Amino acid sequence: MKNSSLNAFRAMMYRDFTLAMRNHSEWANPLFFFIIACSLFPLGIGPESNTLERIAPGIIWVTALLASMMSLESIFRSDFEDGYLEQLVLSPYPFTLLVYAKILVHWVITGIPLILLSPLLGAALHLPTDGIGLLMLSLLLGTPVLSLIGSIGVALTVGLKRGGMLLSLLVLPLYIPVLIFGAGAVDVGLGGLDVSGHFLLMGSILILAFTLAPLATAAAIRVSI
Amino acid sequence: MLSFGLVIPYYIYPSMDLADTATLSLQANQLSCIRNDIELFSDLSFEVQSGHVLQIEGANGCGKTSLLRILCGLMLPSEGQVTWNGSDIQKERITYNSNLAYIGHYNGIKGDLSCEENLRFFQSLGNTREDIQIDDILQQVGLLEKDESHARKLSAGQRRRLALARLLMSNAALWILDEPFTALDPEGRQLIEGYFDQHCSQGGMIIFTTHHPVALQHTQIQFLRIGHEK
Repeated sequence: MKNSSLNAFRAMMYRDFTLAMRNHSEWANPLFFFIIACSLFPLGIGPESNTLERIAPGIIWVTALLASMMSLESIFRSDFEDGYLEQLVLSPYPFTLLVYAKILVHWVITGIPLILLSPLLGAALHLPTDGIGLLMLSLLLGTPVLSLIGSIGVALTVGLKRGGMLLSLLVLPLYIPVLIFGAGAVDVGLGGLDVSGHFLLMGSILILAFTLAPLATAAAIRVSI
Repeated sequence: MLSFGLVIPYYIYPSMDLADTATLSLQANQLSCIRNDIELFSDLSFEVQSGHVLQIEGANGCGKTSLLRILCGLMLPSEGQVTWNGSDIQKERITYNSNLAYIGHYNGIKGDLSCEENLRFFQSLGNTREDIQIDDILQQVGLLEKDESHARKLSAGQRRRLALARLLMSNAALWILDEPFTALDPEGRQLIEGYFDQHCSQGGMIIFTTHHPVALQHTQIQFLRIGHEK
């Protein structure tokens, strides 16, 4: 049974990856949004490197957070609409395990591209080289939390016809700690202070979310379908 | 609006040989369902055992789908409980799920995957026989020549066939099917009726809803009528 559960987990991941590769808009649109939204700031604020450098971590973090939120619905929406979720809930394997697989795929297809693109956008916003490493590390610890917490919001709203707005109202307040410590870590690091406290806190939030969010998501899905 | 649900169950007990007599049983105990402040049915009790086929009848909107979802464990009844071999399905979810194949209104088919990929994923989701070949299954439901096509290119009837193909892969004893014959042509309907017979002769049990007349050759159908008396 254990092996089969693992097989189901792998099959779930493989299926979601295959679907994401065939449906490019799922991962490409949030990514383009991330790039475009970040590049609007220099146009609006002006190209002075001092100003941009100071606000770059915040800009990148806020846009990454919004981009991640835009793609949240893809975790469960189409599975809900075509009856797949019912089948997953009724599978003999732990549903929470399948939820883990889905969240993991979501992070890989939406979170990792954001992390990989962040140095480019950091450079465009005059973020110093030291800051770029910190920014990537903070996104590495923070973006999985966005997917994990976001999945609870999607699970709660997937049964609603127009759940998009409600989803952002539910999820954005819960993103605040990640945003504060994520953007804060880069600022603190650039100021020459010790950033380990920020990263340890972000790591704790990640572990907490990783342990509990999929359970909450699975429970919320059972209520929504 | 307040309305009163009246449930009139009546059975025609089958007289047939079962492969595995009455070892499995699904029991509904005094179920009631209230949706949007309307009582769809109340105090509904019945039992389905190995080899039995139960057809749930009733007008549109009388709660057939809700009843099936309650029997699957997807929805909680307002009152009462469903038991599988004596234990509550909500408490023994994994055991129950490993005996259950459910096909609802929606087919649970991914349009972006090919027919073969769709079935292969279901194979890894459990409750499937070890000895099956996906090509054989596709051939049986008449979709072998479509095995590489994306499921979104199939017609509604073909998609229904693909969904029902999961039953052939399944080793679940209990089939719960919501309008399985929708969009199927007469040949497809006959095919599924044949599978019903085969499944019951092997000791399986089926609960389904339909508005089509169903004739099984070797199995007698029990009927359960739910809804309001007019």
